Amino acid sequence: MIKSLTLSAIAALLLGTSSAFAAEGEGGTHDVDFSFEGPFGKFDQFQLQRGLQIYTEVCSSCHGLQYVPLRTLSDAGGPGLPPDQVRAYAEQNFEVFDAELDDTRAAKPTDNFPANTGVGAPDLSMMAKARAGFHGPYGLGINQLFKGMGGPEHIASILTGYTGEEKEEAGLTLYENTAFPGGWISMSPPLSGEDVDFADGHSNDLHHEAEDVAAFLMWAAEPKMMARKQTGFIGVMMLAILTVLLYLTNKRIWAPVKREAKG
Amino acid sequence: MIVSHAEDHEGTRRDFLYFATAGAGAVATGAAIWPLVNQMNPSADVQALSSIHVDIADVAEGTQLTVKWRGKPVFVRHRTAKEIEEARAVDLADLVDGNAENANLGADAPALDENRAMDADGKWLVMIGVCTHLGCVPLGNNAGDFDGWFCPCHGSHYDTAGRIRKGPAPRNLAVPLTRFDDETTLVLG
Amino acid sequence: MSGIPHDHYEPKSGGAKWLERRLPVISLLHGTLTIPTPKNLNWMWIWGIVLTFCLVLQIATGIVLAMHYTPHVDMAFASIEHIMRNVNSGFMLRYLHMNGASLFFLAVYLHIFRGLYYGSYKEPREVTWIIGMLIYILMMATAFMGYVLPYGQMSFWGATVITGLFGAIPLVGEPIQTWLLGGPAVDNATLNRFFSLHYLLPFVIAGLVVVHIWAFHTTGNNNPSGVEVRRGSKAEAEKDTLPFWPYFVIKDLFALMFILAIFFAVTGFMPNYLGHPDNYIEANPLATPAHIVPEWYFLPFYAILRAFTGDVWVVILANWITGGIVTAKLFGVLAMFGSIIVMVLVPWLDTSAVRSGRYRPMFKWWFWLLAIDFVVLMWCGAQPAEPPYSTIALIASAYWFAYFLVILPLLGVIEKPSAQPDTIEDDFKAHAAKSAANPAE
Repeated sequence: MIKSLTLSAIAALLLGTSSAFAAEGEGGTHDVDFSFEGPFGKFDQFQLQRGLQIYTEVCSSCHGLQYVPLRTLSDAGGPGLPPDQVRAYAEQNFEVFDAELDDTRAAKPTDNFPANTGVGAPDLSMMAKARAGFHGPYGLGINQLFKGMGGPEHIASILTGYTGEEKEEAGLTLYENTAFPGGWISMSPPLSGEDVDFADGHSNDLHHEAEDVAAFLMWAAEPKMMARKQTGFIGVMMLAILTVLLYLTNKRIWAPVKREAKG
Repeated sequence: MIVSHAEDHEGTRRDFLYFATAGAGAVATGAAIWPLVNQMNPSADVQALSSIHVDIADVAEGTQLTVKWRGKPVFVRHRTAKEIEEARAVDLADLVDGNAENANLGADAPALDENRAMDADGKWLVMIGVCTHLGCVPLGNNAGDFDGWFCPCHGSHYDTAGRIRKGPAPRNLAVPLTRFDDETTLVLG
Repeated sequence: MSGIPHDHYEPKSGGAKWLERRLPVISLLHGTLTIPTPKNLNWMWIWGIVLTFCLVLQIATGIVLAMHYTPHVDMAFASIEHIMRNVNSGFMLRYLHMNGASLFFLAVYLHIFRGLYYGSYKEPREVTWIIGMLIYILMMATAFMGYVLPYGQMSFWGATVITGLFGAIPLVGEPIQTWLLGGPAVDNATLNRFFSLHYLLPFVIAGLVVVHIWAFHTTGNNNPSGVEVRRGSKAEAEKDTLPFWPYFVIKDLFALMFILAIFFAVTGFMPNYLGHPDNYIEANPLATPAHIVPEWYFLPFYAILRAFTGDVWVVILANWITGGIVTAKLFGVLAMFGSIIVMVLVPWLDTSAVRSGRYRPMFKWWFWLLAIDFVVLMWCGAQPAEPPYSTIALIASAYWFAYFLVILPLLGVIEKPSAQPDTIEDDFKAHAAKSAANPAE
């Protein structure tokens, strides 16, 4: 119909302009080719494990992860740690408040990662879905259509976007960051490259660390992503088959009516 | 007699398309309804609690730890030598319920003390703390006439092996599926 | 039913006869399902089945989601994450419900614009139109309250802004706002009652849908030519119509499956595209987001609401005439509700004797401009309320009102319509001949 023609014309026109914005969205988010992007994307189990390590060793001191159950670390499609390793990890790294005991105790897999509001840092459970790295152009949402919302890209860009400049404002130290909206972030650079050592010897330069922890946070925000994409694919296939069958059925029953009208 | 089969063919071909469409529709409808029904099954967090680890390192002899498992209280008692002896001295014929009621053993295991306790020494007794009469939680620590547990609701008395001896309860306190993970950790479920 | 001569149901079996005499459900269902439907309906007539499916989808997914949701300010956000992470297929049910709302509104806008183009609102279908508008208003109320339930930042602040509008009503505004909120601000009282009403309204909508169908079954469907079905004899009626089952049930289902395939692709592969990331942040009454935006289907009305600022001349004029009672805020509210009211009144604002826009050459331009205007308003609603967007929004809002209040009334008088077909049969044959010339199917 004319409507769809007009819409596709607008899209085509702006595809040209959107390339000017391909490199950077608002606030300088650069695109990252994550393994989980696209309809057939999958989380990289080892990347998630590296990201978990970075979270545990660096981020957890200030940032909580309160909506993520520790037991999900052993779920398929995620970091996939064996259950007894998860139990040891929980016990060694986190303490939770138990209402029944009215005291804190070591965390168990059935607990969630603890919340952490110690320094007022935001919880990271949903952070990868709570930020959009890509915008526009001109508010038309075309960048997000082709590159995705850009949440994890935004996180990786912030972690690698520190310029080194600092300033004082109202008693707070702010750090210049090319990816953060407004250009100045109150978090001091958490990573500088080679902050953690990976047992498998994987590169721990800043750029890789940032991507690994961003991928981990995407899993933390949406552990069911792969199940969702799989369900979507099966749904589309079944509906496509039904569409074809109904198209043929429709054609079959209307044929005599149309024949009569033409003849 | 010569009969034209052209119509038969068209008939079956037409029908095949309709059957295929209806069939595909039925499959799609079923696939759509299943998640709507399955979402009522236990969610992942509930399923995770179906098996719990219990640390028994701090349970001293002669004391009982009560934990919640699958919504019910479970008694973990570290029995004294006297309690074990008492339990083993009981004649099976005196018991109201001769069945061990132990999920870790066969259905017809007799209610010997050895079939009730977790370990060969008889030190650890693990039971679901729900009276088999009408479901109240019995009081422990050598309560009742048989030095074990006493249910205050309707007066059922259980001995030191948790077996019903007197009162309206029909069966011994149930022993759930349990195992030792290591010396100081029990796994329930 | 519909005054079109057709065969009526005769119960054959003993059981059917027994029931028919006591409660004629079978004949009612049979009559509804086989109602004579204009032959020439085109693909813009499929949105009704899409809307029906959406209502069923939203109710089904909504009821099962309600089994796991907790409507308390301290637990709502967490209960949604519980659904997404723990409940079996919970993530899919939530995404289907979330995107189902978008499909619902996409379908309703296409359905409404179909009505506007083909004159489906004109005599004798005014009541169908008004019931449709009522359904649309209830849909908006339901969607608005539903969006508050996850209690994210946009949930909270969107609720704050919209309930705040009621405060603009002179005299009774503040008490009404407090009554709506159950307190001085959006809090637990608000959340709980929104949950209750969000569960209730879809069933009111379902009832109105039944009445809506009753209404257009009474008048008979409109069709792209705007020419009525011949009701003189059964023979004539059969030349213009076909029974709904199987011809239009199958056609509708085919279109529905096609649309659902796209819907599933969106829900499975880009479920958060139409949403706002800020709603994945838990509501914080002490921190306002940089840009408060409603969901996309509310954006045109949001644009109209914000377009009328204190420096706009009509606002200044209204303020002076009413001695200060009409403020910029109130004017915006009135304009927003007014934009829907003018749509409700369109059966009486459109003076043309010709029903279908197909045969109204001048009307066509203005109509398409309205469609583009609606999209422009939608885009404006998502932009910050400052120049140049505010200026564009103002012009676009002005056109919306001009279309209904000025253009439509005038067009009926000054327009010279093109030749219309005599019968639906002629129209159907003409289209069949055209597609024979360029074989598309």
